[in-house]
Amino acid sequence: MDGGLNMAADKLMSEAEVEEYLRKSLANRVSQTMYREILNEVLKTWRKHGLYIDELRAIVDEVVKRYEGSIVEPGEPVGTVAAQSIGEPSTQMTLRTFHYAGVKEFNVTLGLPRLIEIVDARKKPSTPYMEIHLVEEYSSSEDKAREVQRAIETTTVENVIKKLDIDPFTGVTIVLDREMMSDKGVAINDVSKALEKLKLGEILADEAKSTISIIPKGLIDFSKLEKVRRSILSLRIKGVKGIRKVIIQRRTVQRESGEIEEYVLIAEGSNLEDVMSVEGVDYRRVFTNNIREVEEILGIEAARNAIIREIVSVLEDQGLDVDIRHVMLVADVMTWSGSVKQIGRHGVAGEKSSVLAKSAFEMTVQKLVEAALGGEVDSLPGVAENVIVGQIIPVGTGMVELYIKPGLREERDESSQ
Amino acid sequence: MSSPMKIKAVKFGILSPDEIRKLSVTTIFSSEVYDNDGLPVDGGAMDRRLGALEPGEKCPVCGNTRENCPGHFAHIELAKPVIHVNFVKHILTYIKTTCRNCGRILLNQEEAQRYLELLSRLEKLDIKPLKKRLVEYVRRKASKTSTCPHCSAKQYKVRFEKPYVFYEDREEAGLVRLNPSDVRKRLEKILDDDVRLLGGDPKDARPEWMVLTVLIVPPKTVRPSILLETGIRSEDDLTHKLVDIVKINNRLREHVDSGAPNAIIEEEWDLLQYHAATYFDNEIPGIAPAKHRSGKVLKGLAQRLKGKEGRFRGSLSGKRVDFSARTVISPDPNLSINEVGVPIDIAKVLTIPEKVTSWNVDELRKFVLNGPDKWPGANYIVRPDGKRIDLRFVDRKAAAESLAPGMIVERHLIDGDIALFNRQPSLHRISVMAHIIRVLLGKTFRLNLLVCPPYNADFDGDEMNLHIPQSPEAIAEARVLMLVEKNVLTPRYGGPIIGGLQDYVSGAYLLTSKSTILTREDVIDLLGVTGYRGPLPEPAILKPRHYWTGKQLISLFLPMDFNYRRRATLGKAAALACIDEDCPHDSIVIVKRGVLLEGVLDKASIGREEPESMLHWIIKEYGEDVGRKFMDNVYRMFLRYAEKHGLTLSYSHIEVPFEVLVNVKKIIDSKKREVLELIEKYKRGELEPKPGRTVEETLEEEIIDLLSKRLLDEVAEAITPYFDLRNPVIIMARTGARGNPVNLTQMAALLGQQTVRGRRIVRGYSGRSLPHFKQWDLGPECRGFIEHGFAEGLIPLEVFFHAAGGREGLVDTAVRTSQSGYMQRRLINALQDLRVEYDGSVRMPTGEIVQFIYGEDGVDPMKSDHGRAVNITRVIEKVIGWRT
Repeated sequence: MDGGLNMAADKLMSEAEVEEYLRKSLANRVSQTMYREILNEVLKTWRKHGLYIDELRAIVDEVVKRYEGSIVEPGEPVGTVAAQSIGEPSTQMTLRTFHYAGVKEFNVTLGLPRLIEIVDARKKPSTPYMEIHLVEEYSSSEDKAREVQRAIETTTVENVIKKLDIDPFTGVTIVLDREMMSDKGVAINDVSKALEKLKLGEILADEAKSTISIIPKGLIDFSKLEKVRRSILSLRIKGVKGIRKVIIQRRTVQRESGEIEEYVLIAEGSNLEDVMSVEGVDYRRVFTNNIREVEEILGIEAARNAIIREIVSVLEDQGLDVDIRHVMLVADVMTWSGSVKQIGRHGVAGEKSSVLAKSAFEMTVQKLVEAALGGEVDSLPGVAENVIVGQIIPVGTGMVELYIKPGLREERDESSQ
Repeated sequence: MSSPMKIKAVKFGILSPDEIRKLSVTTIFSSEVYDNDGLPVDGGAMDRRLGALEPGEKCPVCGNTRENCPGHFAHIELAKPVIHVNFVKHILTYIKTTCRNCGRILLNQEEAQRYLELLSRLEKLDIKPLKKRLVEYVRRKASKTSTCPHCSAKQYKVRFEKPYVFYEDREEAGLVRLNPSDVRKRLEKILDDDVRLLGGDPKDARPEWMVLTVLIVPPKTVRPSILLETGIRSEDDLTHKLVDIVKINNRLREHVDSGAPNAIIEEEWDLLQYHAATYFDNEIPGIAPAKHRSGKVLKGLAQRLKGKEGRFRGSLSGKRVDFSARTVISPDPNLSINEVGVPIDIAKVLTIPEKVTSWNVDELRKFVLNGPDKWPGANYIVRPDGKRIDLRFVDRKAAAESLAPGMIVERHLIDGDIALFNRQPSLHRISVMAHIIRVLLGKTFRLNLLVCPPYNADFDGDEMNLHIPQSPEAIAEARVLMLVEKNVLTPRYGGPIIGGLQDYVSGAYLLTSKSTILTREDVIDLLGVTGYRGPLPEPAILKPRHYWTGKQLISLFLPMDFNYRRRATLGKAAALACIDEDCPHDSIVIVKRGVLLEGVLDKASIGREEPESMLHWIIKEYGEDVGRKFMDNVYRMFLRYAEKHGLTLSYSHIEVPFEVLVNVKKIIDSKKREVLELIEKYKRGELEPKPGRTVEETLEEEIIDLLSKRLLDEVAEAITPYFDLRNPVIIMARTGARGNPVNLTQMAALLGQQTVRGRRIVRGYSGRSLPHFKQWDLGPECRGFIEHGFAEGLIPLEVFFHAAGGREGLVDTAVRTSQSGYMQRRLINALQDLRVEYDGSVRMPTGEIVQFIYGEDGVDPMKSDHGRAVNITRVIEKVIGWRT
């Protein structure tokens, strides 16, 4: 090399020396994960290009400088920044509700409507869906995956029949579709068993002709014919309640052992509890976009992660770059009370401690009346209420409170004279 | 100096009749407002004692004129009590939870005692949510009891009929109405301790005060009358309402005094109740809103407070300010990004108060001499005793003479002053930034084009606002925290939001491209705009003449130890991509030790919203001011070169040879044929539906796919050989300056399928989009397929379809803004109080912890390397990049 700018040392370091130096100078100054990442990268560079002590020193200095320079300052209004960082790009989102989320077969609400849905903490998303990963034995074979699919997907009578006749006098005759039955993995017994639940009458199954007839106890009421017909057609033979269609997707995933093929199920509809207990399903890797369900089944920390996951996926889908810390803060605010609260009048914003802040948001009169009734005291802790009374807001540079002893200055002045 | 008083807390409560009488300066008993001479009647709704409003009027109560008189309250003694509508729900809970006979809470003594102790403890600990839950629990429990545990009286069900009528279901005697007097009597009986248990405050909100016996009358300042041009006095809605109340009240009292039949009294009492209710809230569901004679709905007190333009959101949270200006903006690439050009007319109106000291007295004298009309001058002098001297009307020479330390001169804006610049909608904090003022001729605000992105501004008529911070604290904060150069990196993702756009990017590409060689004159011209003062570098080409490359010029401005390597935006196109530095397309940018060795600069290196770019690392590693100077000086050179080189777009640039056009038509025809075949197949019923779709949906999806994406791709492939990197459209698209290859296809060849809501255009007549087509025709032409490009021109039908497709985008934007605006308002409202404490935790203002460490690692996104605390690859590149 040309011995240029600041090349004093002339000796390439050994791997052990590099590690030793890093450990000494950096290990206690940055987080564990970051240290490992740095060590990794530096060693990679060492292997490729070698390192001089001066260079390593410069790298460490730069890392420390950047790390220490990146820490938040006290008083930073991180809430407002987070709200703006999510709100501002949302104006650029498309309103087109439907998009295909990986699967062409069904539509999933995305974009702004979905984002609003998440911060609203709705009981049920407008298009619930699940992503179901399978345990290794099942995920590697398509047939095995299909087994799980059949177990989860709702199969109704309508899916497996060719014909359904209802006669008020002779009863119901069902002609089954053999092909569909084998495709869905349904036996004639399953159908007749399911039909029993309707309590229409005696059920006679004919395996050979693959027909089922139901002899009613009496006459079927004419006015109810259509109702009976519909209840038979929509009768669930097998599958998990609440889940309509399930699609198998083949994915290539990166594992330590290299690239492998994996079959994943995508389900329309959501039922976390039941799906998790289906055989072949890897219960650790079942995802739903229904946050309330996650909260109920897996708890509040899981709900927080679900909120982060959902918001990030919406933003990513729209190609918007938003730091995850902002999303985390929103999720934390929604969940820190122990249950998922919406961002809005019935949740976080409506339950602030300040009367004035609540009144300035929504439901002005009600909030004032409640405050009057309880003789509430607003001690002006937040931003909105201090704006209202015309005082300095308690964030940023407004957080600093300086106390001076009034007498001190005169004392000093006198003594200096 | 005494420190200003601070409001520590605001207490809410209900005014008691006694308090109202104490506050009041008079009773209002007359329904007459003005007498025959037009003078206010004593005891009328506009009684003189309620405050001085007229110019020159002196308040008989406080002796002040209208500037200083705050106004005074009065009251109306109601003949019979009425219910305060806003409190009905709470009255109901009180009645339901207490005994109708003895007034005690419907819980036994021990239980009540226990809860009371618990409540006291919670109050002491100040845990509001728990207190609320306890109160709710007590209320629910008490309301379920049917026999009083204290006096054993049987409790009847109380029915409430909206909006303000109570009945008691006395099983044997049937439904009995409880009039407000009955209600009030019950509420009076409730013990103070029980009130507390039920969530009330016996000191400041006794339950019986929710039933009004005395009505407070607000001062005239709250409800001023206005004089119309015709000389007719027009009263405020509240005054009208008060007059109504007084009128009915008087009538009711007469009837009560004369012992009129109950039915008449009841009727009048109800009417009084109605007026009192609509006075407070004129939007009560279930009753007709009170109206003017003209039919206009009156505004009740609640309406004044509510909503966007109400007192809270409109007046209290939305402050109005002085020292602000607004005008149209226009571009000026010769300003620094830190600057804003302010029209001289505005600079003469907006002022900065400057304290006179011995150091600046001479300069300020000059300003004073110039006076308000000549810039740079001054508009006012404030003497130490607080007296303001208007320089328009005084002998300015004398005034300048008298200038002495301690006085304040309100002088005009001059170059170097600081201003806050803002464009609505203010969606994020960089919608307001501090700029350094440059007073310029003209009538518009001027700003550097590079600062357009954070404001989302363009120059098609946009207007912006300017605010002048007045206090030294505000000025200092603006300079240190809000200056543009301090906000180049956005907290949204930790990258530069300000950076090259449009012609800057094209210019940078043209300047740094391999084919650019510059003569001495060119170099001097280009370096001239940057303000470069050093020696010229050695020319890259010596013979036959001296020539320099654009890359050499860039290198002059790069820090000496800067190493950088990145793929240019140009290299995103497969045809121009390279794997390593051996790159014929020059699409890998390599900087070693401050020398741009290879690669063209384009969006990836100098562009806006481009994290981990050259610009980003310069700002991050060498400081904001270095970054700013780079943008001020070097970027100007990009523009200068774009001008020298010439960058334009004309018909010839999007024209393709005739043979190619014929070929394109062939491709279009074949695709159209494919579509027709598909339609035939569908008509024959042979089309297989895709899973989860109907046959019709399958057909439509297939057609859209064929006619938009697949067709355009194929056509693009056919025409691209006729466009190369000398074509401005290609330059702009490939460098990321503006547009994309699809736009080129649309101009040169065809627009393709137009869609509305993801479907082909079908709306209009039954079964067809326009009367030119056959009904139920599924073919491409009648459903919005456009087979011409802009170069060729659209046929009228196509123009129509294109407009339909374009309109959707406009509607979409309009609908979206309101939705996302509301979402953002909610987000801000929920999160605005959070801040990082000195211990690194994120907390609510009341001290509750939301995050123990902000963002799980305590890193500020704005100060991060695109989200990571340290981008180690960059650090290594920075240090040893010169030798790798």
